[in-house]
Amino acid sequence: MARNPNQPALARNGSVENWGSKIGVILAVAGSAVGLGNFLRFPGNAALYGGGVFMIPYFISMIILGIPICWVEWTMGRYGGAYGYNSAPGIFSVLWRKSYGKYFGVLALLIPVVIYMYYVYVEAWCLSYAIDYATGKMAAIAENTTPGEEIQQYKDHFVNFVGKDENGFPKGKVLIILAFVFLPNFVFIFRGLTKGIEVFCKFAMPLLIVCALIILVRVLTLGTPDPTQPENNINNALGFMWNPKPIDKDGTVWGALSNPQIWLVAAGQIFFSLSVGFGIVLNYASYLRKNDDVVLSALTASATNQFCEVCLGGLITIPVAFLFLGASQLNIDTLGTSMALGFHALPAVFSRMPAGQFFGMLWFFTLFIAAITSSLSMLQPAIAFLEEGFGLGRRASVTCLGFIVATGNLIVIYFSKDLLAHETMDFWVGTVCIFILATIQVITVGWVFGIKNARKEVQRGAELHIPNIFWFIIKYVSPLYLLTIFSCWCYNNIPVFYENITQVLPEDDRDTVLFVLAFLVGVLIFFAMLVYLAGRRWNERETWNRAKEEVGV
Amino acid sequence: MNLAGWIVMILSVGFVLCLVTFCFYRVLRTPKSTEHMHAPLEIDTHDVDT
Repeated sequence: MARNPNQPALARNGSVENWGSKIGVILAVAGSAVGLGNFLRFPGNAALYGGGVFMIPYFISMIILGIPICWVEWTMGRYGGAYGYNSAPGIFSVLWRKSYGKYFGVLALLIPVVIYMYYVYVEAWCLSYAIDYATGKMAAIAENTTPGEEIQQYKDHFVNFVGKDENGFPKGKVLIILAFVFLPNFVFIFRGLTKGIEVFCKFAMPLLIVCALIILVRVLTLGTPDPTQPENNINNALGFMWNPKPIDKDGTVWGALSNPQIWLVAAGQIFFSLSVGFGIVLNYASYLRKNDDVVLSALTASATNQFCEVCLGGLITIPVAFLFLGASQLNIDTLGTSMALGFHALPAVFSRMPAGQFFGMLWFFTLFIAAITSSLSMLQPAIAFLEEGFGLGRRASVTCLGFIVATGNLIVIYFSKDLLAHETMDFWVGTVCIFILATIQVITVGWVFGIKNARKEVQRGAELHIPNIFWFIIKYVSPLYLLTIFSCWCYNNIPVFYENITQVLPEDDRDTVLFVLAFLVGVLIFFAMLVYLAGRRWNERETWNRAKEEVGV
Repeated sequence: MNLAGWIVMILSVGFVLCLVTFCFYRVLRTPKSTEHMHAPLEIDTHDVDT
């Protein structure tokens, strides 16, 4: 049930909650920010798309899209929360003041729920790999392997591990590990996030940062690990990541900037990394009090995320891969996807590294912590909607959502051939829908709610003053940039997708993709219907409250 | 690594370090930051187990 907007935020036991130390605030911010994309997706994208050149569209996207849209999301959430709405449909209905406004929030329910369906599976992979490193099983895979063949060995292992060669449930222990991963996820989610996750973050996040720093120091001090290959040294390794280079063999360094793909990838990376357009921050910010800060909070979360991405991920993943694999093995096959980099190339690196078993265990455990702190927050938007839209308690909401998520998760696990189900969900929901939602959000604030209102709303309680230039950016530049990028992205990718479906993919794979698409459309329609029903309930409640006021009850 | 690579790396890492240091400094300096600054995972979602 929506709370009285005039009451301050209350803890469940009815007393006003204190936040603890300032360090606790920072640690919790870090816990919100960091995920798998910091350590796998960013380094792979940067290395593939021009190295140092990639940082130009990356930082431009961060300043023009990432941080402004973060501020927009936090502001929208807090504003909607002041009217008693914690769900995206409710928040959008307040901002648009039209009956159709609430339907824009459907995407903000769909996106985190669908991403959770495959993200938690990747989380299980990370934990499983960490366990296998601890027990020595991963090291054993590359024993007696010809140097240069390790990547193939680990690729074969991964294919068997997830059942990538054919559809069906994988035979190994991955499902058992997934059950172990689901357990803490749902225990924390069931209990509500302030009872457990805050404590979890205060230990997990320092542990993650410490683990990553240990690995960073190890990588930067490796020098030339193999004296017979002096070109594979730390200086060249850093150069592979940071030297500006052309994207195509025949291109020029600065010509890479005229390739729209580099701008698409950079913007997508910022979106995914900062969790912009996911609907999660929209929900969380709705629980803030009217005068709680949004500016410094959002900026600190973004800055912490960038620290983990640029300063840790950027200095660890690609350099260590170069040191042990060399430039010849770092190509589109090993860098093209986070899966390839994380689960094919990096195990090969650890197989050659001194004390590689320990560092491999540490690395995958770090990834697991990064993933779980992200996954724990993904279901809250939908839980909040079920609670306030239908008056359900937390347990009933989590149970309902658990069935939806479990169904999607089973689809991802079963249709494992070439990870098609996973890739399809990631393509349409994890990329397309995020772009759409971010565009809707920035247009809502800049053009529907209005910049004047937004300025007043953002600065209330703010610890920092937003420079005036950002209001111009939010109103004109961000929407234009987003629409341009999205149009280019559609132009580049939709025909390829269509061609794959109609001509390239074998019939079975085509059926898988269409089935997954049908499932996603079904979930979208289901959420839209729920929003319709919730909207009726909200209207009835408002009518009843107005009638009570008139009668003086 | 060539000169351009060093410049890119130092500027990128330096910019991010300056930004995060500035943010944490402001958080630590703000007298009541713990009362009205929040991170997403710390926010109380007021759930009622009914």
